[in-house]
Amino acid sequence: MDFNDTPEEAGYRAAARAWLEKNVAGHKALPHADDMAAARSWQARKAAAGYAQITWPKEWGGGGGTPIQSVIFGQEEAKFPVQYGYFTIGLGMCVPTVMAFADDATKRRFVGPALRGEEIWSQLFSEPAGGSDVAAIRTRAVRDGDDWVVNGQKVWTSGAHYSDYGIVLVRTNVDVPKHKGLTMFWLDLRSPGIEIRPIHQMSGGSNFNEIYFTDVRIPDSQRLGAVDDGWKVALVTLMNERLAVGGGTGASPKEILALAKGLDAADGPLIADPAFRQRLADWYVQAEGLRNTRMRTITALSRGQTPGPESSIGKIIAANQLQDLGNAAVEAEGQYGIIADPALLPLKGLFQTAVMNAPGLRIAGGTDEILKNIIAERVLGLPGEIRVDKDAAFRDLPVGR
Amino acid sequence: MNFDYSDDQKMLKDEARRFLAAKCDAKVVRGVLDQDDCAYDAALWRAVAAQGWLGTAIPENYGGLGLGHVELCALAEELGRACAPIPFASTVYFVAEALMLFGSEAQKAKWLPRIAAGEAIGAFATSERAGPVTQASLHTVATGGTLSGEKIPVTDGDVADLIVVLAKDGMYLVEKGAGVSAEVLRTLDPTRSAAKLVFDRAPVERLGGDDGIVAMQAVFDRAAVLLAFEQLGGADRCLEMAKDYALERFAFGRAIAGYQAIKHKLADIYVKNEIARSNAYYGAWALNSAAPELPLAAATARVAASEAFWFASKENIQTHGGIGFTWEADPQLYYRRSRQLSLVAGAPATWRERLVSQLEMRNAA
Ligand SMILES: Cc1cc2nc3c(=O)[nH]c(=O)nc-3n(C[C@H](O)[C@H](O)[C@H](O)COP(=O)(O)OP(=O)(O)OC[C@H]3O[C@@H](n4cnc5c(N)ncnc54)[C@H](O)[C@@H]3O)c2cc1C
Repeated sequence: MDFNDTPEEAGYRAAARAWLEKNVAGHKALPHADDMAAARSWQARKAAAGYAQITWPKEWGGGGGTPIQSVIFGQEEAKFPVQYGYFTIGLGMCVPTVMAFADDATKRRFVGPALRGEEIWSQLFSEPAGGSDVAAIRTRAVRDGDDWVVNGQKVWTSGAHYSDYGIVLVRTNVDVPKHKGLTMFWLDLRSPGIEIRPIHQMSGGSNFNEIYFTDVRIPDSQRLGAVDDGWKVALVTLMNERLAVGGGTGASPKEILALAKGLDAADGPLIADPAFRQRLADWYVQAEGLRNTRMRTITALSRGQTPGPESSIGKIIAANQLQDLGNAAVEAEGQYGIIADPALLPLKGLFQTAVMNAPGLRIAGGTDEILKNIIAERVLGLPGEIRVDKDAAFRDLPVGR
Repeated sequence: MNFDYSDDQKMLKDEARRFLAAKCDAKVVRGVLDQDDCAYDAALWRAVAAQGWLGTAIPENYGGLGLGHVELCALAEELGRACAPIPFASTVYFVAEALMLFGSEAQKAKWLPRIAAGEAIGAFATSERAGPVTQASLHTVATGGTLSGEKIPVTDGDVADLIVVLAKDGMYLVEKGAGVSAEVLRTLDPTRSAAKLVFDRAPVERLGGDDGIVAMQAVFDRAAVLLAFEQLGGADRCLEMAKDYALERFAFGRAIAGYQAIKHKLADIYVKNEIARSNAYYGAWALNSAAPELPLAAATARVAASEAFWFASKENIQTHGGIGFTWEADPQLYYRRSRQLSLVAGAPATWRERLVSQLEMRNAA
């Protein structure tokens, strides 16, 4: 029971650290408007050194390394101000799917540029009628010679407004049960007939989009996997998604402790309020539990094992905690808590931001409810959901809103 | 990174599980529950002593096995899983740890070998009234080598050969005998016994320095980690029982395990148990490596484990429906034990308070 690196791990960490110190120093921190440019240049730098996708084979531009090395580099990188989110979905989910199902020429064309941050990818799965129930999607693709003609709508597509390519799941057969009539393609997001409209989120930002397809032609050569066999391809993506969705960001017990020291409650500072202290302890226990659960995951990786189901609990805990803790801080600020101007708020409005972002975190990448189903079924071995739509043809399924 | 049991520790743990499955099934636990005058299962106590478990973390020169505290944690997890009705925690986590922390050479040489051999049962007597134990709550005093006062409740106080008593000006060792009388109490968990102890000029020896509350807390910090593993073992067993039952019980034409209200309940138990496990491991690391983080790690482990075991034990009963509320069904054993373990070293609220004060100290430093 310790936190020590093996000698090889320590060596890798030292080398990564030395590389980071040298290269972060040479990396220009750019003003916020040029965040993307800074992200691209940092990604290119990492790619050149084999630190972009450490577990990918060298022949595809990766580091040819192990999962534990990837974790170690991530730990060290997190100590520097070079965290950018633009490439996570592409490199974590889309490109691995392309690598698993595309032909060699396609892979040669796309993997390198994605790795170097030159091209960005999006995941076009969700639709107005198909979120948790991904297989319920209705966007239709009809064969026309060497092409497929696509009509329909995708929604909640993160980053589509700055992306170049995407992987898209479409319906190619309505006469069979829903899982059996789907096909996956990769596509150029600037193809004629595609319209990308940013969606205004409740948090105020616009990080995701709706995408309309009007007679968009996708060549059959861009198909990933067999016709009507797209569900199998999508499962590969979704599996990678579960690995990629990380832990908590933003407000943590440490920040709320700092707030509580400076904030007055009814009887002296908030930190002296017994009820608040009890809640603070519970948040700390959860945050520590999550941190230490990651240590157990890393241990499994370090031993060359596949991490166990314990890593599946991260998002449920982190997203709920962020919501709870953020709200407690906002409530503690009293009337003042309704303000949303970062300039006027403690910690630049960190807690207000947490409250407004948390709902999305509890939904994206699998809702709380779906994740609990997964724990119940895959970890505990309880029966699957009753599937009234299992054998019916897709065209006969009842539709709600 | 090695934040898990080692292979050897896993082997020890597996062996312990097999051993307890054979020697401590629910019938053994019920044997103690159903007999009013039975404080613990003597046969199990002897068997556990013969395995050497009582001396797991006691150095070899005091008759122990000289293994580490992580090994003791592994055994604690299995004892909790089996709901073992023996005075293991009082003797090993509290009294042996108190002796190792504060005992003189002579005290250690006299008592640790007897504890390791299963010849001496220990009890840790701190509480005198409802609420947390503070300096103001203490009325027991020692003068001229004897101690007088009352302690209630004292887990295993009725069967203890050696009692560590917290008095106003420090901790003391008291042997069963003249000046010590015990009155057995009814408790929420009759599979573990408890007594009111009355000391009337009982001969005592000093254990450690002047500040008894600080000494008690040091023992509690160590016990909290070990108890967290017992709680974790119990919580895991509750999840397993709930799952097994849910798969077998049918309602409305299917196993209740298929209903989301039950599935999500069990998923919630699982999540709490994993959080408790991860925090318990951190506590084990801090205890075993004598890390300065121990007080914070112990409080974290204890709060997480108390919450997990309580939740798992109550929702296990709920999952069992009516049968879960009967004397004959086993869920009650764990429900009772979860109350015992959550309170025996101070209630969760007290530990939350300690956790936050530790956090404040660390952030100020
Ligand atoms: C910030 C953000 C970013 C996103 N980015 C992307 C992206 O890049 N690409 C992409 O394809 N998608 C993306 N999504 C979509 C996301 O995957 C879906 O929103 C999510 O899977 C839920 O689907 P839904 O919104 O249709 O809700 P629904 O599926 O309609 O769910 C509504 C409610 O019903 C519950 N529910 C549904 N089914 C069950 C069930 N079987 N059992 C119990 N409860 C159930 C849900 O838990 C939820 O509470 C993003 C979403 C968000 C919020």
